[in-house]
Amino acid sequence: MKTSELINAISEDREMPLAPGRALCLALLPGLAIAIALFSARLGLRPHFMSLLADPRFSLKLLVCYLLAALAGLFVLRLFRPGGSWRGAVLLLALPPALLGVGVIVELFVVSPADWERTMIGHNAMFCLKSIPLLGVAPLIAILVALRNGAPERPAVAGAGAGLFAGAIGAALYASHCPDDSPLFVAVWYPIAIAFLTALGAVLGARLLRW
Amino acid sequence: MRVEDREKQWRLLMLSANGGDAAAYRNLLLELTPALRAFARRGVARAGAALADAEDIVQETLLAVHLKRQTWDEEAPLSPWLFAIARHKLIDALRRRGRRIELSIDDFAESLPSAEAGSDSIVSDVKRHLEGLPPGQRKVVSCIAVEGVSIDEAASRLSMTNGAVRVALHRGLAALAAKFRSVES
Repeated sequence: MKTSELINAISEDREMPLAPGRALCLALLPGLAIAIALFSARLGLRPHFMSLLADPRFSLKLLVCYLLAALAGLFVLRLFRPGGSWRGAVLLLALPPALLGVGVIVELFVVSPADWERTMIGHNAMFCLKSIPLLGVAPLIAILVALRNGAPERPAVAGAGAGLFAGAIGAALYASHCPDDSPLFVAVWYPIAIAFLTALGAVLGARLLRW
Repeated sequence: MRVEDREKQWRLLMLSANGGDAAAYRNLLLELTPALRAFARRGVARAGAALADAEDIVQETLLAVHLKRQTWDEEAPLSPWLFAIARHKLIDALRRRGRRIELSIDDFAESLPSAEAGSDSIVSDVKRHLEGLPPGQRKVVSCIAVEGVSIDEAASRLSMTNGAVRVALHRGLAALAAKFRSVES
């Protein structure tokens, strides 16, 4: 077929694919619904959730998780578009860890060294490691499905971005259940769980996001 | 024409195309093709691949530009987006042909297209992939492509409904793009 003939066919096709933002929102709706249903069924909000918001450790934990989810979402949106720069979005992603880092430093001053280890290990580290990926799986699938509509220049990076976003969503949900609020706990266990989903996303993305 | 003028013209055409102006879209594709061809030829020559491969890459790139046109941000310039797609497709095609090279967009983005003869020669890839499509899609795509008819015209020629032709055309083009991708050697 000649190139001019191909252009004949292409220019008659008026079907406009979904815009990246809409594609991401539409895919995330069921993904989030599944994650929230799973959260309500298996975990549930902590008792006295509203009054706990006044606690600086608890609110810092939530803030870091929600901020990470929002910034990772922006990062993923950039990944839909080829030729755009996503390096600025990557720099922004350093903000939540930096915030948590400040929390860790303050905590190290406030808590006596004898209690550091106990605070870091917390009550249920293994449960945290299991729950965040579990809550993040449905959002991860949803984000990957949405990204197939995009044109990511590096499929593995896009998959990793999807995993990070999903991990942040899982962490944000889990944070409203977990009784361990210390930045020491959050800085050790949450990143391991999120990194697992990020790596899973990178592996899946390299296969699924080629275009 | 200077690169800035070219960019301005492409942008305007793309904006009209996104607003539903089919003639502008067709014009845009015709305008983009020589630039994409120059890009593909230079890339192919650098990699030491056969020049005949360039036209396949142009066609694959046009399909990708079409199927991914929603990823262009209307606030952003068009050229970086276009050449990112062209570069992605070029590298992908060369990799499938067993060559690995590193390309920088800067090597190409400023190059103006050269109008060269013989660029519209019949090439193998799309034709072969077209034959692998389901018969319904194949008939619709080739009718509209080769005869250059509209959707309405194709619908009456193939005695199909307008909507069925539209769907078959879109699916057929998406399937063609997928077939390019699935060729691993």
